[in-house]
Amino acid sequence: MSSYSTSQVQTAPSLKGRAGGESGSVPERNLIVSALDHGTVIDHIPCDRLFEVINLLHLQEMTSKVTIGFNLKSSKMGTKSIIKIADRFFTDEELNQLSIVAPNVTLAVIRDYEVVEKKQVCLPDDLHALVRCNNPKCITNNEPMRTLFHVVDKQAGTIRCHYCNHEQEIQKVKLV
Amino acid sequence: MNQSLVTIANHSREKIEYLIRMAKEFEEHPNRLLLQGRVVATLFFEPSTRTRLSFETAANRLGARVIGFADPKVTSGTKGETLKDTIMMVSNYADVIVMRHHLEGAALYASEISPVPIINAGDGANQHPSQTMLDLYTIYQTQGTLDNLNIYLVGDLKYGRTVHSLLTAMRHFNPTFHFIAPDELAMPETYKQYCRQHGIRYVEHQDFDADVIAGADILYMTRVQRERFTDLMEYERVKDRYLLKLDMLSKARDNMRILHPLPRVNEIEYAIDDDPHAYYFQQARNGLFARQALICDALGITLEQVKEDKTIIQTLPPHSL
Repeated sequence: MSSYSTSQVQTAPSLKGRAGGESGSVPERNLIVSALDHGTVIDHIPCDRLFEVINLLHLQEMTSKVTIGFNLKSSKMGTKSIIKIADRFFTDEELNQLSIVAPNVTLAVIRDYEVVEKKQVCLPDDLHALVRCNNPKCITNNEPMRTLFHVVDKQAGTIRCHYCNHEQEIQKVKLV
Repeated sequence: MNQSLVTIANHSREKIEYLIRMAKEFEEHPNRLLLQGRVVATLFFEPSTRTRLSFETAANRLGARVIGFADPKVTSGTKGETLKDTIMMVSNYADVIVMRHHLEGAALYASEISPVPIINAGDGANQHPSQTMLDLYTIYQTQGTLDNLNIYLVGDLKYGRTVHSLLTAMRHFNPTFHFIAPDELAMPETYKQYCRQHGIRYVEHQDFDADVIAGADILYMTRVQRERFTDLMEYERVKDRYLLKLDMLSKARDNMRILHPLPRVNEIEYAIDDDPHAYYFQQARNGLFARQALICDALGITLEQVKEDKTIIQTLPPHSL
């Protein structure tokens, strides 16, 4: 059976066409991960952002099978991380949250061992309850309440606090 | 959504002119029973005597009753009560809440959770719309228009909340701004960018003298505060350069008026108080009429209703309002 996820994790093929590596033969010393028949693959996660991605998607609360590869070799990135989540499909809204910490991840939706959809994340217009305001005098840092940011400039990654109007760069944000 | 007033940054030209017309009605007849039976709460989580007295006078002269606190030390906030809980509690008692808070964004948050309208009386360094409204009213009153004016902003243009709000609110009226400030307190780049984006002309001046002032319709003075300087030598060097002295008015236009949000320390020489260009005390008085308009607008009372109001009290001598 060839599929995206039977191949050894390090050489998981890029998300092109039919999901799958070379069928069957897997070099011995590689990690083997069982096939993903239904679910979501998040690839090209920068290693230092892996745990933030896990938190953003609340994967620690999942009951289905989650496979996480950390410090894998990547020709594009040097090292990368990858997450495979069985039997779970995310909304665009959920996935777009990832743009805050890992704007260049690639996503594949798997059904019946096939990649049925590939996606990139994009920065949403508003960020609800995701980011902490960096202004210590902002009401959101002093009151039990949800934060809200408006994206002012998607290119530059500038966001503005809905409440205190302070702007900050998305690369430097702290998550709530 | 209730009719809270958090900022006037988003007000249209029409809305600003509407509020000015309403304030003018109150200037003509400030004493009424228009708000009889209503309760106005003034919650000052941060003390501000000037603003609080102005709001409370506005409410009292319209016949409302006022509840609230002037000092956060006496409230449950010191026991750890959240802003939300305080607002929810007070909204059971009052028809409108005037609030001042030291935290930025507090008024917007309060307006989102409160069942009654919130009027922002200043939230930290963020917004102070009633000050802006009284500034606009004063400019209109002294110049007869808000259009095409030369407005000179002097002093602390970096931290000065009032000058930033004024600049934003004037965008509808084709002003030319002149910025006069020490380097450490210069107008921030974001506001200059705002000017460029909105086609507002601005000029920056190094000097502050009779020749510069000669072009002004409005000379808006602010306080240069010692604590704003990281380098106290720099403060000592510049502090006297932005003081307004009587002889600097020798070439001023007749229509030019000097405004100041008050309190002043020494940035306007006392001899100027008797000069016809001085207008800062009348400006503070206008705060009453502007705030009467803002309270009524928040309560859904229209300009038409104010004009047709039959509750005007005519008994007081003209000088005492």
